[in-house]
Amino acid sequence: MSTMDQAAYAYAVARPFPAERLDGLRGVGGYPVRLVEHDDLVVAVSPVPLHEFDEQALKARLEDMDWLEAIARAHHSVVDAVGQAGAVVPLRLATVYHGEERAREALREEGWRFRAVLDRLTGRHEWGVKIYADPSAMPAPEQRPRPGAGSGGGAESPGKAYLRRRQEQRRSRDDTWRTATALVRRVEESLADLADACQQHRPQDAKLSGEPGENVLNAAYLVPDSGARRFLEVVEALRANAPTGTRIEVSGPWAPYSFTAIAEEAATAAAAHGGTG
Amino acid sequence: MTEPTPWQGETRPARSRGGSSANLADVLERVLDKGVVIAGDIKINLLDIELLTIKLRLLVASVDKAKEMGIDWWEHDPALSSKASRDDNELAEENRRLRERIAALEEAAAPPAQIPQAQASVEETSQAGQEEERSR
Repeated sequence: MSTMDQAAYAYAVARPFPAERLDGLRGVGGYPVRLVEHDDLVVAVSPVPLHEFDEQALKARLEDMDWLEAIARAHHSVVDAVGQAGAVVPLRLATVYHGEERAREALREEGWRFRAVLDRLTGRHEWGVKIYADPSAMPAPEQRPRPGAGSGGGAESPGKAYLRRRQEQRRSRDDTWRTATALVRRVEESLADLADACQQHRPQDAKLSGEPGENVLNAAYLVPDSGARRFLEVVEALRANAPTGTRIEVSGPWAPYSFTAIAEEAATAAAAHGGTG
Repeated sequence: MTEPTPWQGETRPARSRGGSSANLADVLERVLDKGVVIAGDIKINLLDIELLTIKLRLLVASVDKAKEMGIDWWEHDPALSSKASRDDNELAEENRRLRERIAALEEAAAPPAQIPQAQASVEETSQAGQEEERSR
């Protein structure tokens, strides 16, 4: 592939670290990942065929879920690998330059933003906490003792029995939502002081996540590494005690994807007030 | 340079990694929606990206929100409608109820009122019953 045909796909920005740490790491399309340096910053890039990443191609391919998944996973695995070496600023998917020199120029032009965000995210990781409500995990209504069903009750009419069953199903479902709502509040209260920041993501649809039940909380927490153990202990206690019909799931550590925007905002605000950022 | 790794050596089967084996939905919501945006040389039409994001949000977010927005194309999109739309309707209804309930509970500082719920429950029960009867 000649240089004319090559583009540089940029994944993440970090402070300089030994490039050997990325030995063997492959990015989008299986191409090797390199570090491009400028001053006190590096950006991880890999060559990609330009014809696969020009405007036309991207437009068509971003709508292809299989292709998108492959790109998303490759992008994420490079961000994750760079993050193993220290603080990392993930870039948005499909940030593509006409070669490494252009990527270096971007570092030069946008360096102040990256430094500000890196400073705020150093020594911190993101942890995901999700809560699911799953009424089907509740005991079947039929198995519950039914109030008023005395010994002399006799046979219930089919219509009445049907309505009663429906009502019990509804009640069980309502109970689950109520329980889940209370759990969301409890989790939020318990974790608020253990994290530097919290971001709510949209609840995930089961069709994409494949998880049973309804996702009622999809939160990301920015946790200092020094407090990660404590955070996880508290989450684990909450998880182990989650009431029937609810479920807590934890994921992480993640590169601090969900907090780059607020880190940038905070840095900009500090700069506007003459602070050091 | 060594990063503190407080999670190392612990067995936590309930926790999924944020690494390469991470859940696709978790990965997509982060790489598409989060991360720093800098101008690349390849200009992707913003409208396309927005469309894409909306498409994915439909998968990531709940179906009812999209319906509220008047978007229902996924029901006709073979690439995305993996389930019959009947399931979507049921799910949407369930979602709507849940969201209303959560909103109401969050707004109210006091515990939720029991009586209106009980009435609604009975009403919905009989309606659902009639629907089911009719469909037989």
